[in-house]
Amino acid sequence: MSGGTREQKADHIRRLLETEGDAVEANTLGFNDGRYESVADLEDYEGLKSEARAIKEDAIERLPALIDEVTETVEANGGTVYLADDAADANRYIREVAGEKEAERLVKSKSMTSEELEVNEALEADGVDVVETDLGEWVLQVADEAPSHIVAPAIHKSKDEIARLFNEQFDPEEPLETAEELTMFARDRLGELIADADMGMTGANFITADSGSLMLVTSEGNARKSAVVPDTHVAVAGVEKIVPSVEDLAPFIELIGRSGTGQDITSYISLLTPPVDSPVVDPDEPDIAFADRDDDRDFHLVLIDNGRMAMREDDQLKETLYCIRCSACANTCGNFQSVGGHAFGGETYTGGIATGWEAGVHGQESAAEFNDLCTGCSRCVEACPVEIDIPWINTVVRDRINREGDDGRFEFVYDELVPDEEETGTIDLQKRLFGNYETLAKLGSATAPLSNWTAGLEPVRALLERTAGIDRRRALPAFERETLVDWFEARGPRVSAADAEREAVLYPDTYTNYVDVDRGKAAIRVLEAMDVHVRIPTVGESGRAPLSQGMIATADEKASRVYAALAEHLDAGRDVVVIEPSDLAMFHREYEKFLPEASFERLRDGSYEVLEYVYGCLENGANGARLRTGDNGPAIAYHSHCQQRTLGVDRYTRVVFETLDYDVLESDVECCGMAGSFGYKQEYYELSMDVGDRLADQFTAPEAKNRLVVASGTSCEDQLEDLLERDAAHPVEVLDPRSRLH
Amino acid sequence: MSAEIGSIRNRFEASLADLDVPVTRTTPTAFESTLEEIVSDPVVGTSLPFEGVSLPEWVDDEPTPATLEAATTSVTAASLGIADYGSVVLPSTPDGSEQVSLFPDLHVPVLRAADLVADMPTAIERLGPQLRDGGSAIVATGPSATADMGALVKGAHGPKDVHVLVLETEGDAE
Repeated sequence: MSGGTREQKADHIRRLLETEGDAVEANTLGFNDGRYESVADLEDYEGLKSEARAIKEDAIERLPALIDEVTETVEANGGTVYLADDAADANRYIREVAGEKEAERLVKSKSMTSEELEVNEALEADGVDVVETDLGEWVLQVADEAPSHIVAPAIHKSKDEIARLFNEQFDPEEPLETAEELTMFARDRLGELIADADMGMTGANFITADSGSLMLVTSEGNARKSAVVPDTHVAVAGVEKIVPSVEDLAPFIELIGRSGTGQDITSYISLLTPPVDSPVVDPDEPDIAFADRDDDRDFHLVLIDNGRMAMREDDQLKETLYCIRCSACANTCGNFQSVGGHAFGGETYTGGIATGWEAGVHGQESAAEFNDLCTGCSRCVEACPVEIDIPWINTVVRDRINREGDDGRFEFVYDELVPDEEETGTIDLQKRLFGNYETLAKLGSATAPLSNWTAGLEPVRALLERTAGIDRRRALPAFERETLVDWFEARGPRVSAADAEREAVLYPDTYTNYVDVDRGKAAIRVLEAMDVHVRIPTVGESGRAPLSQGMIATADEKASRVYAALAEHLDAGRDVVVIEPSDLAMFHREYEKFLPEASFERLRDGSYEVLEYVYGCLENGANGARLRTGDNGPAIAYHSHCQQRTLGVDRYTRVVFETLDYDVLESDVECCGMAGSFGYKQEYYELSMDVGDRLADQFTAPEAKNRLVVASGTSCEDQLEDLLERDAAHPVEVLDPRSRLH
Repeated sequence: MSAEIGSIRNRFEASLADLDVPVTRTTPTAFESTLEEIVSDPVVGTSLPFEGVSLPEWVDDEPTPATLEAATTSVTAASLGIADYGSVVLPSTPDGSEQVSLFPDLHVPVLRAADLVADMPTAIERLGPQLRDGGSAIVATGPSATADMGALVKGAHGPKDVHVLVLETEGDAE
């Protein structure tokens, strides 16, 4: 990416933060909080998600047969099925139906698939009046804007903006002001338009092959009207919406509203088996009783391929087809909460999973526009009701974008050195720099303090910004001349193996080893205070840095090297203790993609986050009084780490602090916004700070502002220091018997 | 009434209370007078397939587009109630229950206590054969609603209010 492109991107994001940021933030935070509350009411949330996942896996596996089955059942019911290869094919068919009906007006309920087709424009070119009846979609139609969210398309607009729009466009007798007035105005106006419609169009959240039924998830009732008032109903749906049977719908009904807008269930779950038995509502025959009508309804199910069958054959993108479009991945995403779908989205789809959809249906270029906005924080992973590894899909697409132009010959192949770089020569300098952070750190440490002075010089920062897009407003990490490994080699362990309760190897992550050596020392003292014999193995970077830049082959190679270096220790029964949560997340999540199953499981089961390990020691009889306790320690404002929370190990830090009598207040934001390298990037600096502001607000509140700021992640610490201008520390630095933090 | 049905009914009523949706128990004998207290005129309805119960004379039971448009209240049958969610299942019928239940400001679904089920999987299991037989139904939970205009508003395209009537057999009345 050139400097000019970076500036344009930064401008676009800045504009959205100013114009749409507040409305998007208020709405997405509301949905996200609602999700936590709503899923907490379920007896077996995890079980329900696994059930939903299994149904989708099975359905996509036998999709060709299900397409045949649903075609048979819909036709037996009296409807017509058309399988469209692409958007143009679908639109041609729908225009033909409209032409045969001589339709003057088509009323639509909300459908992202219809947005993907751009069917409105196709019909309007033929002179058909297309009316969006979902109130949010209608607002956008009036304003001539694109949806910013797959479920709540107009969340970027405030009530006042909508009132201004309506008052200007429609000039009502009394100016509209309240949400109630706006809603009733829209209801009346749309009600008239629906009454005279010749055709209705809906999407489908699910289609059941055994009955030919559509399931529509709505709250307004407009989909019910669109499907039932006119005599002709066209439903457009991606082929992936088919599930085998009606009974398969139950878990999705329970999950979709909770996951999306945080409602236990939406007002209406329509289960329509069209053509439906309901009589037509014909305003031209106002006095004929419904019961006396004998309507001949027409139903067309237009199933859309448009790249989906190819996604099914793509081992990496296939998971995208399990998506039920609930929007949880958007609502739970720190970046999305700040900037919304007009930045975090492609031609049609928005949010975390949009990268998969856009790459699959519109092509990689559309995904490339916003793919960087996924920082891999992984908070969407536990929110997704069908357990899609959304960060992985984003990483894979990033990798493919990096390789663009090399005709894909090198996919997942690597050579000896820095495979992604060597092979392609197409990777952006910025990505190469952050992806090879380990090399940079080694060099920086070897030449410290000179490297730190140089890096602080204004001309150097200007150059870094211009060439690599490293924002000069961020302080760069200062490298230590003496690494943790060197220090420990000279010092040696203080608890001998013979005297130890347990043996542990402390993983010297790049940051701890070269930059924040103090937290490594603190970790060693904490472990030794609990009678643990500590070793520091010679082992390289986990692969997190290159992976975050989409350099999968490099990460893969690093994973193999890390495992090779740790295998002997694991075999010897030593526990692997990890300070940096993003590295632990590599061991526990991403290494599954890189290592043989047995190796992955061995390392996963034998590695622990450092506070999780402290918790385990205390539970097994270690003497907590040997650590610094809350009696002489500070009150704490603690921010866990996004990936640590997804792993479910954040709770140990809290429990350890509480066990040792600390007064702890914890943040509840999804992510600090720094996300490793993301916040350093010139084009994303302001977005990163905006995400961070939600955390800063919590830690500058009266009850938190005098507490010691503690964070588990390196970049969270950096971000908090930048946001608050207060020092931040790792939890082990608080517990260190020698700690003087206050 | 068995203890199980009693507890499911209590759960159903608690779920409706969470949604601020009123629910009234009645019997075939008391049906008309109970209904009269809930509705506001004009009232339209579609036939109730329950033994010993029919729509009162003052309910227009053969609605047309014109009378539907003018109606303030609608009364239709629910085939199931789902206790966990406070949902009612509204089957679509050839006499127009789908639109009748949707257009007026107040919808009164009438549900037999015996048709209450505990949870969603049970309800969907019951619906499976009906959908495979060509039937359609709406799982309706509370009134129509939208938040698209900047705050939650009831009655976006459908009813602003729902009032559920639970029909008990005479012996079960408390």
